[in-house]
Amino acid sequence: MTPPRVLTALLLLVIAAVPLVPMGGMRQYVLHVLVQIFIWSFIAGAWSLMGRFRLVSLGHGAFLGIGAYTATLLWNFFGLTPWVGGLAAVAAAVAVAFVIGYPCYRLRVVGHYFVLVTLAVGEVVRLLIIAERGWTGGSLGLTLRPAPAQASLLAMQFADKRVFYYASIALWLGGLYIWRRLDRSMARSALEAIGEDETAAASVGIDVTRFKLGVTALSAALTAAGGVLYAQYITYVSPETLSGIGVSLRIVFAAVLGGMYSLLGPTVGTALTIALSEYLRVTFGIRLIGMAETIYGLALILFIIFLPAGVYGGLSEWMLRRASARPPGGSVGGRAQQSLTK
Amino acid sequence: MISPIFLVEAALNGVLLAGVLALLALGLNLIFGVLDIVWIAYVDLVAVCMYAVYFLVTAYGWPLVAAGVAAVGLGVLLGIAVHILIISPIITSPPVNQLLATGGLLFFIQSFLTFLWTTDHRSIRLNLPIIEVGGMFVPFTRLLAFGIAILAVLGLYLFLTRTYMGTAIRAVSQDREAMRLMGADPQRVYVVTSAVGGAMAGVAAALLIIQYPVHPYFGAAFGPLTFMICVLGGLGNMVGAFVASFILSEVISVGGVMLSTEMGYVVAFVLFIALMFVRPGGILARRE
Repeated sequence: MTPPRVLTALLLLVIAAVPLVPMGGMRQYVLHVLVQIFIWSFIAGAWSLMGRFRLVSLGHGAFLGIGAYTATLLWNFFGLTPWVGGLAAVAAAVAVAFVIGYPCYRLRVVGHYFVLVTLAVGEVVRLLIIAERGWTGGSLGLTLRPAPAQASLLAMQFADKRVFYYASIALWLGGLYIWRRLDRSMARSALEAIGEDETAAASVGIDVTRFKLGVTALSAALTAAGGVLYAQYITYVSPETLSGIGVSLRIVFAAVLGGMYSLLGPTVGTALTIALSEYLRVTFGIRLIGMAETIYGLALILFIIFLPAGVYGGLSEWMLRRASARPPGGSVGGRAQQSLTK
Repeated sequence: MISPIFLVEAALNGVLLAGVLALLALGLNLIFGVLDIVWIAYVDLVAVCMYAVYFLVTAYGWPLVAAGVAAVGLGVLLGIAVHILIISPIITSPPVNQLLATGGLLFFIQSFLTFLWTTDHRSIRLNLPIIEVGGMFVPFTRLLAFGIAILAVLGLYLFLTRTYMGTAIRAVSQDREAMRLMGADPQRVYVVTSAVGGAMAGVAAALLIIQYPVHPYFGAAFGPLTFMICVLGGLGNMVGAFVASFILSEVISVGGVMLSTEMGYVVAFVLFIALMFVRPGGILARRE
C-alpha cells in the first residue's frame, strides 16, 4: 500500500473507534457534535458539486427542507417508513431541481441572476412550510412521531447515538465517493468548460443544459438525503433550521471556507464552522445572548478575506508549492489554484 | 367572498409598500449595478441606521428630522467602511467570496444587534393624521415615505446624469476596464458609490422607522425582497426597480388579503422566478 492509502486507512480506523474511547459523561456530547459534522459535511459536499462549477446556489435550504419534511410528514401521517419516505423525499427534491433548473439553464440564467433565483426558491419553500401550518406545524415546527422500540429499525429511530454516528459516516463516505466519481469523469471536464465559457462549450458540442441539469439533480438529491437523516437524528423539523437563508448561507460558508475544489474541503470547512460555533456556544452559554454569533460572523468575514482559497485549499496549495521541486503529482490543489486565478 | 373595498384598500396599501421597497432597493441597486457585488447585508445596514434614529429620538430627544440627517451620515460612514474593510481586499476574488464576506457581515450585524439591544421590537410612535378616502384609511406616514422615496429617486437620477462623478459611476457600471484605460480611478468611484448607497440606506431608515418597528432580524425580513426588486427591475435601472417594486408589492398586498400573508409572498416569489425566465435582463430591458 502506498503511504496515502495507509494514512486514509488509519484515519478511518480512528474515526470508527471514537465511540469506543472512554470519555465519561462527555461521550454523548462528543458524538452529537461529530454526527452533526458528518451530516453537514455531506450536505456541504453536495453543494460544492454544483458550486465548484460556478453554479452558486443560495437555495439549498429548499432541498434540505423538502427532504426532511417529505420524509417526516409521510411517517407522521401515513406511517410510511423513512426508508421509503426518504426515497420519495429525494425524488421530490430532484423534481423541484428539474422544474427550476431546466428553464434556468435553457434560458441562460447565470451569475448573480442564478444566485437570486435560487434564493427565491429557498424562500418559497420556507414560506410554503409556514403557510401550510395545518399539517406542517408552521413556524413552530414538527416533532417526529416516536416509534415503539421493536419498530426502531423500520422507523429509522434509534435511542443509541452510536447508530447515528455510523450512519452519518456511511452517508459521508458515500458523498465522498460520488464526489470522486464525478471528479474523475468526463462530466467534470464538460462542466468546467461550461463554467469558463458557456458559448464556447456549446460550440464544441457540449450539451450545456443536460450537464448542468444533471449535476443540479445530483446535488439536490444528496442534499435531500442529508435532510432526511438530519430529521431522523434530531427528530424535529422547523422551517428556519432547514430552509432559512441562514442555513443556505452556512452550507455555502462551510464549502467555501474549507475549499470547494478539493475532496475534503467541505468537510474541513464544516468541521471548522461547527467546532467554532459549538465552542462559542459553550463559552458564552446563556450569558451575553448574541455574542457567540457575533464573533462567529466576524470570524467568517476574516476567513473569507485572508483565506480566499479556503483553509484546506490554501493548505494543499502550500504543500504543492513545497513539493513543486519534485515531479508533479496532479494534485487537486493545483487545479483549485488554476481556476481561482483565472 | 371578500368585499371589494378590502381589495381596493389592499391595492392602495400595495402602492404604499412599493414606495418603501423602492426606497430600500435604491441604494442597493446603485451598488449592485456599479460594483457588480451582492451586498447581501444591505438591509441590515438599514436596520443599524434605524436603531440610530430610534435612540437619537427616544433617548436623546432629538427631533426626528435631525435624527434622520444623522442616520444619512451614519449610512455614508457604514457604506465607506464596508467597502474599504470588506470589499476592497477581495475585489478580485470570485463573486461567491464577495457574497459570503457580506454574508458574514449579515450574521455579525444581526447577532450584534441582538446582543446590544435584545430582540425587542422598537418603534417610534408618530401622531400623524390618517387620511380617509371613501371609507379607506391611508396612514399619512406611508404617504410621506412614498413622496420622499420619489424625491430621492429624482435626486439620485440628477446626481447620476448631471454631475461629473455621476457620469463616472455610470461609465464604470458599463465597462470597468475601459474606465481604467481612460485614466479614471475606479477605486474612488467605488468608494463614492458605496457612500451614496449608504446614504440611501440612511434615508430609507429614517422613513421606515416611523412605519415599521425595528428589530435585529429586520434585514432578514426585507432583504430577499429588496434583492429581487433590483434584479427584476434590471441592475442599475432605477425606473425598472420602481416598476418591479409596484408589481411585487401589489401581489404581496392583494395576495395577502385574498389568500394568507405567507401565500402572498409565495406568489410574489414564484412570479419573480417566472419573470426571470421570461425577461432575464429585467422587466424594462430591451430585447436583444
